[in-house]
Amino acid sequence: MEQFLQQLASGLANGAIYACVALALVMIYVSTAHINFAQGEMAMFSTYLSWQLMSWGMSFWLAFIVAVVLSFLMGVLIERLILRPLHSAPVLSLIVVFIGLLAIFNSLAGAIWSYLIKEYPSPFPKTSFGIAGVIGPHQLGVVVVTLIVLGLLFAFFRYTPLGLAMRAAAQNPQMARLVGVRVDWMLALGWGLAASVGAVAGIMVAHIVYLDPNMMGGILLYAFASALVGGISNPAGAVAGGFIVGILENMVAFAGNQIEKTTGIYIIGNGEKLTVALIIVIFVLTVKPAGLFGRVVVKRV
Amino acid sequence: MAALLEVKGLKAFYGQTQSLYDVGFEIETGGITTLLGANGAGKTTTLRAICNMVRREGLVRFDGKDIKNMPTEEVVRLRIAHVPEGRGTFTTLTVDENLRIAAYTRRDKVAVNRELERVFSYFPRLQERVQQQAGTLSGGEQQMLAIARALMLGPRLMLLDEPSFGLAPLIVVEIFRILRRINEEEKVSILLVEQNAALALDLADHAYVLETGHVVMSGPSAVVKNDENIRKSYLGY
Repeated sequence: MEQFLQQLASGLANGAIYACVALALVMIYVSTAHINFAQGEMAMFSTYLSWQLMSWGMSFWLAFIVAVVLSFLMGVLIERLILRPLHSAPVLSLIVVFIGLLAIFNSLAGAIWSYLIKEYPSPFPKTSFGIAGVIGPHQLGVVVVTLIVLGLLFAFFRYTPLGLAMRAAAQNPQMARLVGVRVDWMLALGWGLAASVGAVAGIMVAHIVYLDPNMMGGILLYAFASALVGGISNPAGAVAGGFIVGILENMVAFAGNQIEKTTGIYIIGNGEKLTVALIIVIFVLTVKPAGLFGRVVVKRV
Repeated sequence: MAALLEVKGLKAFYGQTQSLYDVGFEIETGGITTLLGANGAGKTTTLRAICNMVRREGLVRFDGKDIKNMPTEEVVRLRIAHVPEGRGTFTTLTVDENLRIAAYTRRDKVAVNRELERVFSYFPRLQERVQQQAGTLSGGEQQMLAIARALMLGPRLMLLDEPSFGLAPLIVVEIFRILRRINEEEKVSILLVEQNAALALDLADHAYVLETGHVVMSGPSAVVKNDENIRKSYLGY
């Protein structure tokens, strides 16, 4: 039982990270119909920024906030300077640009901070936080922080005029212009927010996976899977998808361990959990191509 | 009196294709003007050219000010409200959000709510569906929503692109009655593009007839309506 709860908790913590990166992907997807392959590397770069700030003497949370703000600016700048001129370019050119960005951020981080794996601190108190034997302090902290960030984002999109304008611009850019929304800036803002959410994910996961330029590779894969399972056009679905994939992969490993323990036959373990999780994702998508929560837009003509 | 909107020698292009050659007209403050013509005459393009949604050349002057180089979202800020072809519903947003988006630059919440009340007085049907997803409204309701949203901009000029399109005759009559009220009570000038010439000429006080990107005829609605030649050659009824 205790092992089950531990696996569940670790699934929740991983899921929270996947949820953030998946949400970042979906935020850009809904307004541009593009998948930003560089999302993970941007998050990694943001994490290095926070590490650098800490090594210059900032406290964890101050570095966290400054890095998130810098990431926002980085996202806005990338949209304005690199993607804006390409807004009518064919999809394939954009894919090349995204992959180029991925490579640039990766090698830039390597050049500045080297490819040596670094330890990354956890800001959460070792004692008096978490529930002994069930969820560790860092895991609980990750879940709490990401839930707060997701809640803030949800409130922003749901209740503020700017959030409404961003949703309108994503849904029908031409009509949004006709009610005075500056659609180009909404896209840039979307990029900024996506980069910020990615930064939160990177900073939260770095203590678990350690800091190195390739830290987000696997996570981006999980985030894609999460976004697709939840429904690539549905932000809430992507978040749910993140938690589903996170819990699922750990449950798969847990089940494998149990089987090995009772029967002595090794079928699956930690090593195979990504494979099995992705198989389940593919299965879900064959049954529900729009994803579990993919919204079928009701439209009467 | 100076014209509210003055268009002269307007040309418009879709890529390499030129679709307006020489369109010129004037709209007086408080008036209702209609642009008539067959399919492909350039009516919709003219509206889009005013709002800078297509590449264009020529003079477009609003309230004495040249707006030719203004991007669409700035033109709207001059309180020119464009109700586009196909209604431009934000289908995944609620009716309430569809209306509030038109007031998003305004910080004064009380004023926005007052505006909403006023808009609902024209369209009580929308008030009943205020939390409904806009994509689930009927065609007539979506057209009402589009006009209501334009009203939320506090417009001085409303550009209407075929408000009767695809709607039942009774609904069309209702919508045109509301347009008349909006023109009279809100002092909104209207530029109306319509296929249904008879209907448009009843509402408008001035009419221009377009053919393949040129203005071929203009005059007071009453005159255009009673001219058998125009009716037969251009309006087809």
